[in-house]
Amino acid sequence: MSRFLAMMKMTAVRLSALYLLLFTVCAIVLVFYMTSLSVNLLTSQTEAAVNEEVESVGQSYQRAGIAGLVRSVDRRSRQPGAYLYLVADPAGRIVAGNVQSIEAGVLQTDGWIERPIAYERYGETSSDPQVHTAIARVIVMPNGIRVMVGRDLGEPEKIRLVVRRSLGAALGIMGIGAFLIWFFVGRRALHRIDEVSAASQRIMGGDLAGRLPVSGSGDEFDRLAANLNGMLARIQELNEGVRHVSDNIAHDLKTPLTRMHNRAESALANATTTKAYRAALDGMIADSDQLIRTFNAILMISRLESGYSSETMELLPLSTVVQDVYELYEPTAEDAGIRFALGAEDATPVRINRELVGQTISNLVDNAIKYAGGGEKPVEISLAVEKQDHTIRVIVADNGPGIPPDQVDRATERFVRLEESRSQPGSGLGLSLAKAVMKLHGGTLELQDNAPGLRAVLAFPVGEETK
Amino acid sequence: MKILVIEDDREAARYLEKAFAEAGHSADLAGDGETGYALAEQGSYDALIVDRMLPRRDGLSVVAALRAQGIDTPALILSALGQVDDRVTGLRAGGDDYLTKPYAFSELLARIEVLQRRSSPKEAETMYRVGDLELDRLSHTAKRAGQAIVLQPREFRLLEYLMRHSGQVVTRTMLLEHVWDYHFDPQTNVIDVHVSRLRGKIEKGFETPLLHTVRGAGYMLKAGGLDA
Repeated sequence: MSRFLAMMKMTAVRLSALYLLLFTVCAIVLVFYMTSLSVNLLTSQTEAAVNEEVESVGQSYQRAGIAGLVRSVDRRSRQPGAYLYLVADPAGRIVAGNVQSIEAGVLQTDGWIERPIAYERYGETSSDPQVHTAIARVIVMPNGIRVMVGRDLGEPEKIRLVVRRSLGAALGIMGIGAFLIWFFVGRRALHRIDEVSAASQRIMGGDLAGRLPVSGSGDEFDRLAANLNGMLARIQELNEGVRHVSDNIAHDLKTPLTRMHNRAESALANATTTKAYRAALDGMIADSDQLIRTFNAILMISRLESGYSSETMELLPLSTVVQDVYELYEPTAEDAGIRFALGAEDATPVRINRELVGQTISNLVDNAIKYAGGGEKPVEISLAVEKQDHTIRVIVADNGPGIPPDQVDRATERFVRLEESRSQPGSGLGLSLAKAVMKLHGGTLELQDNAPGLRAVLAFPVGEETK
Repeated sequence: MKILVIEDDREAARYLEKAFAEAGHSADLAGDGETGYALAEQGSYDALIVDRMLPRRDGLSVVAALRAQGIDTPALILSALGQVDDRVTGLRAGGDDYLTKPYAFSELLARIEVLQRRSSPKEAETMYRVGDLELDRLSHTAKRAGQAIVLQPREFRLLEYLMRHSGQVVTRTMLLEHVWDYHFDPQTNVIDVHVSRLRGKIEKGFETPLLHTVRGAGYMLKAGGLDA
């Protein structure tokens, strides 16, 4: 029983059983309806034929009295056919006709005998009494003579038999159909579902690289599997991002924390004057400020990557932001002996978040000022906005050492600080922040070789509304 | 000045209470939104410090409710979120300033003092004077001891801001916010370079310094040196 219940839990079995039941009921109803319809039709035809015979036998009686009636019945009885004729005297003795014996009581009825009656024909040996069924009409004459005209029901019975046989055959075919349905649904479709749930279980079990099987048929299951796979890929990406970040946080934040700890320890051990204590505390505040900056940058990147409200976007020419940044950094660059130039401008308005874009361009200029120095030539940094195809590009170019081609991809990863820059303060998040901001704006950050130097290009797509 | 601190982190709140006391202000503490709202509604505070995430009633709704009541005590919203859109929603709810945790107390103090001073605004004045330094907001000119000082437009705005808040500490981020209208944390000393240029223009050739550097906090424009 429990095995049966378990089987009934399978969709395939349930579906097949349901189909089988439904088709059976339909077929039975249909067959019975058709049988009764055709039997009724035959019966009414039989009745009409019987009435016709009664009519003509009655005419013989009217023409020639009892003798004519008997003659007519005798003649008709000799013809082959399914009709039954019988004339009996008031005592019930058979006088004429083709019926040898008949069920008792039939002749006592006047009118239609609706139920099938059993009778025996002449010429049938009594050792082999064939009992037929028939319907008949009995007419009682005024002088007590009874005339019965009837018709054998062999034909309707045969039809009933044929119909029942075909019902049996139909049920058999439906049984096979149900099995086929079970096979098709169960073995094909549900097998796919089983595969999907097995794969999901493996993935839940920790195999995040696992994917659902795609058969390539492009059916609903494939589309579902493809979408779920896309989702899994995104989850894996996010998960790896989180792991990567936590690894890097652990690594990069440990350094300033250790430094703070050491400062505090050595101040406790060695400092004797207020001045020494102050110096240690100032150093610790500077370290913690750096930590806070790093944390803020991490938070900001993750918030940008998880989506940002478009409410803060405004239509603004990039040149206004570029001018702001130029103006902000110009004195600093001048003090550092850098030639800082503002190049081409473009007035095309672009949908941007002014704050984020301003901060991004500032970061790039800041990087250029920090890293472009140290060479023999005087440092030159240029800031320009150019329109190219369907993008507006903000270009920050310097003539410093640049980034080696093999390290360009790594440079925008979180926390990556290329070896040359280790000596400079910074979170190692500037370029990844820039990348996240550009992704938010539907644009890109490209780091190109300025031969020599670095050419950072922020490419913003020009929206429909600004064309 | 009397400050109401609505902050559910008890340790942070006590630290603020102590630090404000050292700076010569008194602070009342409220540990949740409802208590804070009740105190702010009846009390006569000069400024409110409202944490955004509070038990029982969040900070933004406290400020919005106070504003709806017509109570316009300057309010500074503290938040651990602190991105551009948070700032916008915070200011839209009726906050006057916005500061992201973690913050330096000197920054909070400078901002609160500036906020409180706004109740007696210099906004309407067309002429600012600090010592012998004069700034005419209508003609966009500045003079020291009658001598014209040539300023770039941005330098003028910088001096204007410093003079409006003369005698108060203004931090680097406050300058970036109000003079440049950007809210990020400048990584390098860009603001210091601008300030030192301005200082050169207004102090060069004059005996007394006016623009002072407040260690670990920011700058202060004041006639006659720093007392503290």
